[in-house]
Amino acid sequence: MTPLLELQNVSVSIGSAQLLDGVSLRLERGQTLGLVGESGSGKSLTAMAAMGLLPLIGGHVSAGSVSFDGQDLASLTDPQRRALRGRRIGFVTQNPMTALDPVQRIGAQIDVVSRLHLGLTKSAARARTLDLLTQLRIPEAHAVAEAWPHQLSGGMKQRIVIAMALAGDPELIIADEPTTALDVTVQAQIIQILAALVREKGVALLLITHDMGVVAQICDRVAVLYAGRLAEEGAVAPIFAAPQHPYTKALITCIQQEGMARGTLRGIPGAVPSARQYPTGCRFHPRCIKATAECAAHTPPLVAKGDGQAACLHLPEPAL
Amino acid sequence: MTPPAPLRALRRPAGAPAGLWLILVILAAIAAPLLTPYAYDIQNLKSAYQPPSASHWLGTDEFGRDLLTRLIYGARTSLSVSSIAITISVLCGMTLGAAAAWFGGWFDRAVTTVVDLTWSFPEILIALILVAIIGPGTTGTMVAISVAYLAQFTRLTRAQIMTLKGETFIEAAASLGAGNAHILFRHLLPNALAPVLVSAMLATGDAIILEATLGFFGLGAQPPVPSWGGMMSAGSALVFKAPWIIIFPGLAVAITVVAINLYGDALIAELDIRARMRRAV
Repeated sequence: MTPLLELQNVSVSIGSAQLLDGVSLRLERGQTLGLVGESGSGKSLTAMAAMGLLPLIGGHVSAGSVSFDGQDLASLTDPQRRALRGRRIGFVTQNPMTALDPVQRIGAQIDVVSRLHLGLTKSAARARTLDLLTQLRIPEAHAVAEAWPHQLSGGMKQRIVIAMALAGDPELIIADEPTTALDVTVQAQIIQILAALVREKGVALLLITHDMGVVAQICDRVAVLYAGRLAEEGAVAPIFAAPQHPYTKALITCIQQEGMARGTLRGIPGAVPSARQYPTGCRFHPRCIKATAECAAHTPPLVAKGDGQAACLHLPEPAL
Repeated sequence: MTPPAPLRALRRPAGAPAGLWLILVILAAIAAPLLTPYAYDIQNLKSAYQPPSASHWLGTDEFGRDLLTRLIYGARTSLSVSSIAITISVLCGMTLGAAAAWFGGWFDRAVTTVVDLTWSFPEILIALILVAIIGPGTTGTMVAISVAYLAQFTRLTRAQIMTLKGETFIEAAASLGAGNAHILFRHLLPNALAPVLVSAMLATGDAIILEATLGFFGLGAQPPVPSWGGMMSAGSALVFKAPWIIIFPGLAVAITVVAINLYGDALIAELDIRARMRRAV
């Protein structure tokens, strides 16, 4: 079966900087794929590439291919790509505070998506909008539809953004750090809403996040990006049980757990290098506890591990 | 529901008297024939140079015409010429600015260069040159004023659209399949509108002064049609003999322009979408 979304060896450049280097991902229908990494690791670029929106930020796919439902995005015309966006792929942006047009009422902003993509009449679109708002557990849907964006809270705005993403009845939702800008209590609600969509509507979800805790809760598979390269990819349970890549392991130890002793919350020392000065060899080696001289000299290839893959020169031997 | 911003501006301490004055002047200009028993153009040399009195509240001019009548009819000329000129200017400026920001490239560079070039000259100079080309009169004044302020609105619209293009909601609209036209006309222009309209309001005040200046030079509305600038020009020779002839139109220009500025400021305070967002967060 063809996967719904497939990235094959995708590299992305903006100007002379190559920001994404040979990333491959697969997302099946009805699945949830978590895309994890620190800020600057290329998560959002991957999302933009999947939507064919790179020109908006002056970037382009310099190698590899992105295909949706077996169709190579590069082979489509502009109008065809536009017809995919919003109709078959819904997008939830990072910051709900600025994702809504400040001079249009909420309802009108959601209506327009189903009018454009599903060809609904004005009244049918509004009925659909109210229905969506109710599904997303927004109280007083009528009043909210008549409200202006500045009258709503952040969590409410993010639900509106999700409603806009859903209005075209998409098969895939790409959510780019949908909870980063929200309060902790609201974060959990939004994650539950997204998980429910996958469960109840069979929508596939590409969830971009830097929170391994969220991944553990709702994702089927996870892909870990570091400095524009795939560090590890595979099913969630085995990766959390036995992370192959030291970076994945470090990310998992960053999760706060119940009963943790004070002062044991771990961070990863250092920061993601900028695209103009990527280290040689394995890009993680300056921050890696396992790093040897070999790591600076050789780029580790992606090696199949179980049903996933990992890129590290010091992969643990399978314990057979 | 809160009333619209223009009404809310009327409730502000400076906006209230300013707004009322403007409403008064506009109503007077519209209802001019109903308000005064005199005609603005019939000369009566026997009653020339009369100071303000019960029958002529603001006195009469050198041809014995009632000054209040001419002032009210002059409001028609001044207000309509400046507001029509600014409307034309805003429409052309927004189109040019939006097109420049949207298409970018050589078109943007060409528009920006020409606009910056005109921007570096004082408005009065541009207006004088244009009136010299087109010829004096109401039409010439209108065209001259609208070209003189074109640079301002083009630059403002272009800058607004350039900033808005980077906003998340534009990316969000694109990610939901919105086309170029939809993004430009439904998202970018409506968001750029409020600041442009407020600046148009304030520019109308400047345009009244510019219209009066052209009138003072004898380049505006031609006699016997009254304009505030033309009346001041006639009165300037008679400052000592009949000072009211220049004082009252001068006051009319000054108070109206101050009122437009005060009301415009109140409107800025009420319309500022960003300020509203800050309050809501």
